Amino acid sequence: MQQLIFFNVFNGLIVGAFYALMALGLSLILNLSGVINFAHGGFLALGAYLAYTLMPLVGFWGALLVAPFLTALIGLAVERLLIRRLYGRDPLYSLLLTFGLAYILEDVSRYIWGAQSLPYPIPGWLARPLSTQFFFLTGYRLFMVALVALAVGALFVILRYTRLGMRIRAGTLDLETVSSLGVNVRVLRNLNFGLGIYLAGLAGVLAAGMLGLQPTIGTSLIMPSFVAIIVGGLGSLPGTLFGGILIGIASGLTTVFFPSASEAVIYVMMGLVLLLRPRGLLGEEGRTQ
Amino acid sequence: MSRAGRRAALALLWLILLTMPFWMKALGGYTELASRVVVMGLAAMALNFLLGFTGTLSFGHAAYFGVGAYGVGMTLKYLAPSTGLGMLVGVAAGTLAAALIGALIIRLRGVYFAMVTIAFGQVFYFVAFRWNSVTGGDDGLTGWHRQPLDFGWTHLDIQGHDKAFYYLALACFAVSVAAMALLLRSPFGRTLLAIRENERRARFLGIAVERHLWLSFVISCFFVSLAGTLYALLNNFTDPRALRWDMSGNFVMMAVLGGMRSFWGPLIGAAVFVVLQDYVSSHTENWMSVVGLIFVLVVLFFPRGVLGLLRGRGAS
Repeated sequence: MQQLIFFNVFNGLIVGAFYALMALGLSLILNLSGVINFAHGGFLALGAYLAYTLMPLVGFWGALLVAPFLTALIGLAVERLLIRRLYGRDPLYSLLLTFGLAYILEDVSRYIWGAQSLPYPIPGWLARPLSTQFFFLTGYRLFMVALVALAVGALFVILRYTRLGMRIRAGTLDLETVSSLGVNVRVLRNLNFGLGIYLAGLAGVLAAGMLGLQPTIGTSLIMPSFVAIIVGGLGSLPGTLFGGILIGIASGLTTVFFPSASEAVIYVMMGLVLLLRPRGLLGEEGRTQ
Repeated sequence: MSRAGRRAALALLWLILLTMPFWMKALGGYTELASRVVVMGLAAMALNFLLGFTGTLSFGHAAYFGVGAYGVGMTLKYLAPSTGLGMLVGVAAGTLAAALIGALIIRLRGVYFAMVTIAFGQVFYFVAFRWNSVTGGDDGLTGWHRQPLDFGWTHLDIQGHDKAFYYLALACFAVSVAAMALLLRSPFGRTLLAIRENERRARFLGIAVERHLWLSFVISCFFVSLAGTLYALLNNFTDPRALRWDMSGNFVMMAVLGGMRSFWGPLIGAAVFVVLQDYVSSHTENWMSVVGLIFVLVVLFFPRGVLGLLRGRGAS
């Protein structure tokens, strides 16, 4: 029993790390540009498939490095060509546009790489279990958690100490003032969007190693990411991170006792948070507007 | 448009709706397609009651649409072979769900409201998807069909005759649309417009904003779940896709495509969308890309929709 609980909590942690990575990217874009990027899951799938295609050429590690960057480049182009036109308009339009993009990305992935699930090979020494008692503790799973932690740490360092990060944080609070201080807001929003998409691409490559590749891989991860943002706190990146891991572990724990409710439990949590604290656990005051 | 012109347009619209099953075939359609236009039109107009007239962005209306659909299907399958009872149960269940969830989310606004409605919509999808033994899971709810309507004095065989079902759907549509139009003209409807235009000012005037938004959400979901029951009856089937996020997105698209700021716009949007989807999905496997492209193009080039475009041209 203890082992079962440990297993599911650990599983939940991994899943939560994915949710957090996705939700952090969504949050970045939402906070600065007021856009809900519904195509985020599509970009995640794109990152995974790009890594799959690149792997024969550059190997596992090369794909891990290059694929998220390529995904981010595509994200930059999409922001530049499409999403930029919708800033300042009713959020309805950007949401509809990214809805359409999500359709297109899923369909294009299916068209190029096929509808059936593809295996994503990982190096043998990473796939091996580390201990016989805790058979589920493969090197790859630990590696994933470590890499997500590294990526999140790097993100917070970028936001805290670099000029770009400071401008993003300032822009989240008051974009007009940042603009009047001479910062090119168009470029800022573009780079910020790319940063968010980079995180989606990275999540995609990592998820591919664990779940295999499917065109729908992204859409199944995006809903929990919304929940993570709402539970964790509107407008707060640490809140988003916390929310993602929290709902991941909660859903892992529920698997032990009531497996068929493991998906529904996170929505119950969201309902409770909205009832008791509408701005989310670590949310900023006045961010419900 | 002048008053007389508007009346003429309205008369023409009803003439088209009343005669649709008779000329649909000549244009390469079929009666079921006509029924789908009316059902989806009702759903889109019900969503627009919230979207266009209250200014609240719901991306989760498929949930209540689907609850209505499952409500009628499950009543017919497990409870009693009565179409009327099934519709009653479906609408009641959808409205109740909306009342509960509406109370939770009504404090959020704008993008956050949209995000929460998307996320909550997913709960119903998971329930329908997971609760295999009752809902049929991914395969959908089968093994039932709509029953003839018995009014006591007369008998309407909506199962055997496509056209009879079309007119049932049209009757529901007419009553619902009339009710929504009356509501929007009432002081309640005017208050909703005031909230849409300037929420803060409305609040200063002493309007209970939250209560009004909640009520308009519930009313909108009431009509959407009615459309959901009709949709299930039309297909004699329902599956989790009826309450998934893409269905919600389609409803919003229909409203925008036709013109959100007009009362009849969403019906036109629904007609265009349903016919286009029917055509595209029978001609290419990559219909998702086509529909996605329509989303992108409409947002970029026709954000005011068909009616908005017509009006803009008339004004200039």
